[in-house]
Formats: sequence, structure tokens, C-alpha cells
Amino acid sequence: MTAAQATGEPALRLAGLRRDYGDRTVLDGIGLELGHGETLLVLGPNGAGKTTLLRILATLLRPSGGEVWAFGCALPDEAWKLRGRVGLLGHEPLLYRDLSGRENLRFHAHLHGLRGEAAEQRIAGLLAAVGMERRAEQRVAELSAGMRQRLAICRCVLHEPELLLLDEPDSNLDAEGRELARALIGPGEGRTRVVVSHDPERFEAEAQRVLRLEAGGKAVAA
Amino acid sequence: MTAPRLTPSRQAFATILAKDLRSELRTLQSLPAMALFAVTTFVIFRFGLDRTQLSGSLAAGVLWATLLFAALLGVNRLFVAEREEGGFDAIRLAPIDRSVLFAAKATALLAYLAVLELVVVPIFALFFLGSAAALGPLVAVLLLADLGIAATGTLISSMAVHSRARDLLGPLVLLPLIVPLMIAATGASEPLLAAGGPGYHRFGTWLAVLSLYDLIFLLLGYAVFDFLLED
Repeated sequence: MTAAQATGEPALRLAGLRRDYGDRTVLDGIGLELGHGETLLVLGPNGAGKTTLLRILATLLRPSGGEVWAFGCALPDEAWKLRGRVGLLGHEPLLYRDLSGRENLRFHAHLHGLRGEAAEQRIAGLLAAVGMERRAEQRVAELSAGMRQRLAICRCVLHEPELLLLDEPDSNLDAEGRELARALIGPGEGRTRVVVSHDPERFEAEAQRVLRLEAGGKAVAA
Repeated sequence: MTAPRLTPSRQAFATILAKDLRSELRTLQSLPAMALFAVTTFVIFRFGLDRTQLSGSLAAGVLWATLLFAALLGVNRLFVAEREEGGFDAIRLAPIDRSVLFAAKATALLAYLAVLELVVVPIFALFFLGSAAALGPLVAVLLLADLGIAATGTLISSMAVHSRARDLLGPLVLLPLIVPLMIAATGASEPLLAAGGPGYHRFGTWLAVLSLYDLIFLLLGYAVFDFLLED
């Protein structure tokens, strides 16, 4: 149990979160709390700021205003403390096309401090979990979009993050892929998750909290 | 709170550098183009100047102008994979000191320049120099100038890569910054390439200028790179 859990602090706390791109406000006055091990489902039309919210929580974007706390870290000032505890599965797989799947995962493992046999075993286990052992030596450029998404899921959970940020996690996955992915990024095992989706029926049953954004980034209901 | 897990900088540096060198070895996207450009330029100079022997300032000018423009090809491609394949995000998500990316990219560029020069400087000597006597002492000038080009090139490339006009913006910003380095590099090379054998007039002074330039841009890169990676 982390100190944040022991003190009863929520895993995520947003208050008056705002993000502007120039004159355009993408998120405006977002506030919510999410407990440890819970899932937040973020819904909304295109351009409502769902991906922006995820990127702020991933420490990749700075908020323009308001407060963001994640696992006891105030963002963006304490972002360095949060990095390495977050797994982001976004629109892009964050994989190098000229490297093989295994080489990509090794690259990410090493960046996250895993090395040697421990890293190799973790990679092998994840590749097996998503049914990619036989394709692991192929360059990413030669893989289908679904295969890349499976690798991206491995990359996302490689370092056993405490917070999973999932942007349309099922995209490009077939039924088998969705089932395999569920074991790695689905609810349970104490995973705190923020899931962005256009398909409320798919994830609503898993979510303890739902945030509905409307165009312009205002929360309709939280 | 769980203690922040920072990956040791040496491990992160080796990881990023190894990834870049592996990608280049596999795809050969930068080095062959740089070498081909340099050799072609030497051929153009040879016929354009209608000279089979060059010496002094003219030889130094031809050598450094060619190496600099060949280096630009590598500089322009340095961060393309990071930009187009999400490497910037992946590295920003990792618990590492972001200056490591600057160090690893500058080292990769330094390696490309070293390999380029290993190939094209002997060709330059073959095309334009009567003897290879200058090549030994020239190594010190090449190393110091390469370090400066690598530091400045990495810094500018990391900024320009976010622009759609990166192929134009990179050289436009880089070239004025690199003028002092070129003055020092040609100043140090000129006596080495003098007719009648290498001389060392003000050689040490120019090497000191090159070293100072390197130091300034390495420190500048280390200091500002973290901010350049912010959104």
C-alpha cells in the first residue's frame, strides 16, 4: 500500500482543470476524484478534450489552470515523481517501425530500469500473454495494426504501472485480441484506470466513475 | 508515497544510443546519403575549380564546406523517428533525466560524422592533396569540430523537428550558429594543409577556440534540453 492510499487520498484528484491551445479552450473546469483500483470512463464527442485529459495525466501536457493530483503528486511540478508509474496506451503505439517487437519492448524495459534476465522474462511473458511470441522478431513496420496494438499493450504494462491511461484500448483488436488484452489492462488486480472510449456500452460496466465531456471540454456529468 | 524510480542515466544513455545505431545500421538512412553527398561535392569541386591540387585556405574551405553540408543531412534526420514514431512521448514517459536524450543523440551524430570522415577525408586527400602527411594532425581538428557540430546540430534538430518546414528551418538556424566553429576549423586546418607540408601557425589557438565552442554548446544543450521537450 502506498502512502497516498494509507492516508486515504484518492488516486486522482482534479479541481478546476483547464487546458487551452492558444485562444481555444479544450478542457474547462474539470473536477473529479477517483479511488485506488477504480476505473474512470471518459466519454465525449471528437474534440471534447478526452485525449488532452489523458496526456495531462500522463505528464505529457501541462494544464493551463486548476489542480491535478495523481498518486499524491501535484502536476506538473511533481511530474518527475509520477513518470514510470503511468502506462499510456494512446492513438500511436509508440513503437519504432524499424525495430522488431521484442527490440521495441527491450528498449522500453531498459528505459524503465528493467535489465537483463528480469527484463527478458517480463517481455517473453507479455508477448505470450498477447499471442505475439511467433511475431516478436518481425519489424513493427511489417505487422498489422492489430498486432501493433497488442505490442503497444505490452509496452504500456511492461513496467507494471500503477495508473493505466487507455485511449480506445480496443481499437484494431479482434475478438481474441480484446480477450487477451483484458487480462493485461482490464479491471481488477488493483489497477487504477482512466479509459477513453466512444463506446459507453463496452466499458460502462467496468467503471466506477464516468466523466462525460462535451465539445469545448466542459464536464456534463461526473 | 512510493519512491520515484529513476533509471540510471548511464543505462538510459546506452539504451537510446544503441537504438539509434541499430536503426541506422538496419536502414542506412543517413550515413550513405552523407557520404555520397560529400564525395559528389568533392568531384564537383575538382572539376569546377579545374584543379588537381589544393592547399592552404582553399583546401580547408573545400573540406569544411563539404563536411558541414554533409553533416546537415544527418542533423535533419536525427529526431525524425522520435517525431514520427512517438519516441518523444515514450522517452518523456520514462523515469529518466531528459538530458540523457541530448547526450545520446549528440553521441549518435558524432559517431555518424566520425564514420563519414573515415570514408571521405581519405578521398579528399586522394583528390586534392599531394601527400597524406596532414591527415594525422587533422584528426584533432575533426574531432573537436565534430563535437561542436554534434552539440549544436542536436539542439537545433530537436527544435526544428516539430516544424513542418524542418528541412528548411534546421539549416537556417544552424548555419549562423555554426559560423564561429567553421572559422576556427578552417583556421586550424589551413596551416596543416599548406603546400609543402603541414605547419602549425596558431594551430593551438584555433583548437582552443574549438574547445570553447564545444563547451558552450554542450553546456547549453544540457541546460535547455529538458525545456525543449516540454509541450
